[in-house]
Amino acid sequence: MSKKREVASGKMGLCKRSEDVQMGEPIITVRDLEVNFNAYAGTVQAVRGVNFDLRKGETLAIVGESGSGKSVTTKAILGILPKNGYIKNGTILYDGDDLVKYKESDFYRLRGKKISLVFQDPLSALNPIMKIGQQIMEALILANHMTKAEAKAKALDLMKAVGIPEAETRFEQYPFQFSGGMRQRIVIAIALAADPEILICDEPTTALDVTIQAKILDLINDMKRERDLSIIFITHDLGVVANMADRICVMYAGKIVEMGTADEIFYEPAHPYTWALLSSMPDLDTKEKLFAIPGAPPNMIHPPEGDAFSVRNKYALAIDFEEDPPYFKLSDTHYAATWLLHPDAPKVEMPEILRNRIQRMKEADQKNGE
Amino acid sequence: MENKEKNVQVAIEKAEENKDDVVLEVKNLVMHFKSKKRGRTHLVKAVDNVSFSIKRGETFGLVGESGCGKTTTGRTIIRLYNPTGGEVYFNGVPLHGKMTKDLRKFITSNIAMIFQDPIASLNPRMTVQEIIGEGLKIRGMKSFDERHEVVVDMLKRVGLMEEHATRYPHEFSGGQRQRIGIARALVTNPKMIIADEPVSALDVSVQAQVINLLNDLKEEFGLTILFIAHNLSVVKYFSDKIGVMYYGKLVEMASCDELFKYPLHPYTKALLSAIPQPDPHAERKRVKISYDPSIHHYDDGENAPHYFEVRPGHFVYCSDAEYPGYQAEVSEIQKKLQEKG
Repeated sequence: MSKKREVASGKMGLCKRSEDVQMGEPIITVRDLEVNFNAYAGTVQAVRGVNFDLRKGETLAIVGESGSGKSVTTKAILGILPKNGYIKNGTILYDGDDLVKYKESDFYRLRGKKISLVFQDPLSALNPIMKIGQQIMEALILANHMTKAEAKAKALDLMKAVGIPEAETRFEQYPFQFSGGMRQRIVIAIALAADPEILICDEPTTALDVTIQAKILDLINDMKRERDLSIIFITHDLGVVANMADRICVMYAGKIVEMGTADEIFYEPAHPYTWALLSSMPDLDTKEKLFAIPGAPPNMIHPPEGDAFSVRNKYALAIDFEEDPPYFKLSDTHYAATWLLHPDAPKVEMPEILRNRIQRMKEADQKNGE
Repeated sequence: MENKEKNVQVAIEKAEENKDDVVLEVKNLVMHFKSKKRGRTHLVKAVDNVSFSIKRGETFGLVGESGCGKTTTGRTIIRLYNPTGGEVYFNGVPLHGKMTKDLRKFITSNIAMIFQDPIASLNPRMTVQEIIGEGLKIRGMKSFDERHEVVVDMLKRVGLMEEHATRYPHEFSGGQRQRIGIARALVTNPKMIIADEPVSALDVSVQAQVINLLNDLKEEFGLTILFIAHNLSVVKYFSDKIGVMYYGKLVEMASCDELFKYPLHPYTKALLSAIPQPDPHAERKRVKISYDPSIHHYDDGENAPHYFEVRPGHFVYCSDAEYPGYQAEVSEIQKKLQEKG
């Protein structure tokens, strides 16, 4: 409790953008994390050596295709890996403890209370035969040992805080009576019930419409500001994180291939996979042929030798097929794992469609600045 | 009965003679569903008085949030539902009348559909060549070798290989399955395709592959496409004309550039303002508009809404009272554009 007060009174409560956030101390430190799954066909190497810090008060986005290991990473943090999955190596430091060594009973102190999770599909995250109000109260009673009356008052407050109109009526209703957006608000309310420090959002808006998506993203941003949350935001849609993220990790085949502040990733992307992700979707001014990544993500039972992306990468160098690239430092906050950044590598430009778009964005930015 | 079937045939022949530029014409299409809730019958107006037309080789994008009736519109056109009212003409042939054998044959041989979910829309017990060749078989191509040849050719065109023909759908990835769905739709040489959210269920990198494929095939086959989607960036990239749907009504319709330059209906504005852009600086400044349908005050009498052509080819659904406001807005935007040069 004392810790929370410190945070609230300190300057962390005020920081919004990447420049301030860099000074925040790490709240979760993940080092050399490797997660494997035992499958029928062999061992799936889902996460292969991931390193990142989540700093206090920041939103860290993890972006990648399905199967890149982004969800598995956060599941490892919360100790909710499926039965056939295990952490092979690495440490996850939170509050001085290594979560990798935690027993199931230790996680009870953590899940929902310190670290909460918002799932992708709000319908399957809620119990269909339990009233909405009861579901929020359940979280409050379990985590905060409240009485029923206290819990009901707090639950109604939470429902109002996440923007549910007529909370008293809605309290008595069931999930099927809620629309998708409203359901996701309830899931967020439950996640916030025990005042966690960290919120992990696993594709929270993928199942929602554009207009609803915008509202939910706003809500998450508001909650972050009000409650000094640190957020890990998982998504495959780079557009979604542009206004959410302070820092972005791009994951591919179980590794982080590029890490940087939002501005660095969007305006100065360096890894061919980030280029491909950014230019594979049209924006409103795109006229050119889209830059599609050929093929599909690799089979992680037999991860390819060298850079896992090299097979699909038209900029791949010979060394990419033999040796895994190390991280090259572009700035204090910007790292990318690609041999293209090696001093001896040939100079390669990003795809034209992306260069044009960044040019356009910079021009628009200047115009607005004037 | 016989007479009616003859009528269809006569109409088909007539249409072949005078090939009009307009391929599909939808006039006041209405599709209502009855649902029973606690003993009471409710009327769900899934599609309510929707009119639009698509010209040869054109792509018409239908956007709106889930539940707005865009999928129902597509399904009603192809007669997966029987419309409650309104008219649909394909090359001048009415598709809305009584379903006869001839009419069904006419519809299925001219319009094909690509579905959203590539897993649910392919029969798991059929091989790829059976799935793709089924339409050919029904249309009288009885010889297996002949069919096999066409199927293999089609597979290659959508970026798959000959050896894929004997495999089952579960052996493919999502993007590949969607390619099979596209091949199945195109193999009978339809004149028009209804693509219902063809890329929404796919992964980002695979979405681009499928969009590029559809774009190439559009040119190669000279297809007319009704493109249904909720992702406005994709719709803008892909379509010539866009219709915006809201709760069963088509609230605004215009050519692609026109709609993004002069968005007039408040719902269109809200929709446009909600598109996430991969640009952090612009995103931080973005003002999101929310739409409140209660601003309209429509009734059945004088204030009944209908379609107004605000600019050439640009239709807005509004009442007489609202129309001057939209016109003023148009001239204001024009002024701004002129100032910018």
